[in-house]
Amino acid sequence: MSSIPVPAGAPAAEPSAAALKWRALAEPLVPAAAALALTVLLFSAAVALAGFNAFEVWGLIVLGGFGDAFAWQNTLQRAAPLILTGLAVALPAQAGRVIIGNEGALVLGGLAASALGNVLAAAQAGAWLVWPAMAIAGALAGGVWIGLVGLLREKREVNETIASLLMSFIAIALFNQCVETVLRDPASLNKPSTKPLPDALLLPTMPGLDVHYGLLLGLLVALAAWAVMRFTPLGLALRVAGGNARTALGVGLPVVKLTIGACAAGGACAGLAGAVEVAAVHGAANASLIAGYGYTGILIAFAARFSPAGVVPVAILVGGIAASGSLLQRRLGLPDAAVTVLLGFAFVALIACETLRGRQFFKARS
Amino acid sequence: MTDASALGWWGVPLAILGGAIRVGTPLLWVSLGETVTEKAGRINLGLEGTLLMGAMTAFAVSLATGSPWLGCLAAAGVGVLLGMLHGALCSLARVNDTAMGIALMLAGSGLAFWLGKPLIQPSAPGLPAIALGGWSDVAAVKASLAINPLFVLGLVLAFATHWALGRTRFGLRLRVVGDSENAARAFGLSPTAYRIAATAFGGACAGVGGASLSLVYPGAWSEALSSGQGVMAVALVIFARWDPRRCILAGLLFGGASAISPALQALGYSQGYYLLAALPYVLTLAVLIGLGKPGPSHGAPGELSLNR
Repeated sequence: MSSIPVPAGAPAAEPSAAALKWRALAEPLVPAAAALALTVLLFSAAVALAGFNAFEVWGLIVLGGFGDAFAWQNTLQRAAPLILTGLAVALPAQAGRVIIGNEGALVLGGLAASALGNVLAAAQAGAWLVWPAMAIAGALAGGVWIGLVGLLREKREVNETIASLLMSFIAIALFNQCVETVLRDPASLNKPSTKPLPDALLLPTMPGLDVHYGLLLGLLVALAAWAVMRFTPLGLALRVAGGNARTALGVGLPVVKLTIGACAAGGACAGLAGAVEVAAVHGAANASLIAGYGYTGILIAFAARFSPAGVVPVAILVGGIAASGSLLQRRLGLPDAAVTVLLGFAFVALIACETLRGRQFFKARS
Repeated sequence: MTDASALGWWGVPLAILGGAIRVGTPLLWVSLGETVTEKAGRINLGLEGTLLMGAMTAFAVSLATGSPWLGCLAAAGVGVLLGMLHGALCSLARVNDTAMGIALMLAGSGLAFWLGKPLIQPSAPGLPAIALGGWSDVAAVKASLAINPLFVLGLVLAFATHWALGRTRFGLRLRVVGDSENAARAFGLSPTAYRIAATAFGGACAGVGGASLSLVYPGAWSEALSSGQGVMAVALVIFARWDPRRCILAGLLFGGASAISPALQALGYSQGYYLLAALPYVLTLAVLIGLGKPGPSHGAPGELSLNR
């Protein structure tokens, strides 16, 4: 083809400016669209093989996740910790660090918040003192834990992905030890727990909504992270350090401080998620905190392509799918695990379809 | 474990040994598989999903056919499929293997729980144990020395894998692929093909590891069957420094650490043993801190995304 000489006076057709603009808008959507199609296809097939009507199942997922006010409340309630654990992976990733051990930071955050909350409650402190103190304790515990992982990476070149996973296992052992011994409430017989917070100190729901203030906190943290990344020199410095450390060093950026700080900020988000779960949902720190939010957060961050703003809609979508599980079970007798399968398929498809990114699909036809 | 008290303090090392083997068998298998996968330069963080699918499949097939060995074979088959899927998808450009592993972990465990719903009540025939404690009259000794056949198979496989990686043409080529993609291409080897094969082998091993959970110990199917053995595989491989023979030691140590607590509890000591569960991870972290950035001189594959 290329050997055919082009006659003079007839140059190769250049796409018009409008076509180029349209292409630039449409091409980033191709991977997401392909992933959606693949997920729908795969999960419909799985559901049909199990003997269910796929259309009915999809209808109930939309209804159970986003159908009415009740469904939305359930969805947002589940999304609240996921926004924070998604940010916990997205922030270090902006600086080029892949952290997968936030489950540990979350449980330690919950433990620290519960311990401090009980001390302050015993001292008759008011709610408006206890809540910020719990949040700070949780964020500090998680931040120090993952900050340590960042430090190991910078000082000893220890891979942060593996180190964070190991630190997560260590954190969970530490958590179990504390909950079973020194911090154990003697009244918790079957399920070892820390002392529950008094009812007056439980985080209330937002006015007009049956969703606790943890959601607002998550949204505010996401907004702040987005603003920092988008508008401040710090955000730019982080992205440069994550994109090319050598360049960053060359222009005199404090790369070591930046990356350790990003890891610590991520850990703080995970610890905050633990504190919120304790203050708003469980009332005490116990095994219910180890619910896999840390792992789901990894997938949410990858699906959002590490954008702090993108984490919010993805977390809400995941929360909605998870929320629809109970409706599917009640109406069709579909097991809870089906929802996990759907989420698994969706993330596999999303991550696999990243391969389509950056390719040209809408070539001008000659 | 109440038998341990009959032997007094002697019961503790015995119970730990027995427990280390019981709990260590699935760990040995998953870490052997992950070692080979990583030797080819790929990491599979999704072995937890494969392990659960293997456990469920082995239990279902054993229940249906009455043959636990057929169950093990089926588990290995499922593992091969999941491993090949991971290997093939990660070969696509711009697909992140860390994230894909975790996504497949979610999909695999969800599928295992969904398909395994009807398997929670019945009991399937398990694998028969090899009784090495026949000389003793003490029940605790007998129980501790009833070695499960998958552990023995795992021992054989560990040495066989070591030999294959070091002495066979396929093993050497696989390591070239894992150490330097450029060198492999210069030899005319296809890194993609070797990595898919290595990930499939890793999946098969994880499937058998799952079979040891549902057919040996604890020997039933439930949703709480695995306590994260699949996720631990990555840590075990580092602890074993990418040597299949050291996977045996790693499996026994990680298994023993979780067997210490029930053994001590049987003697009435219940303080502080949750921290013991963290010991293997602290040691692994110490190994990593000691090595810093593990390179080929430590047995670490140069192409592994985690070592670059």
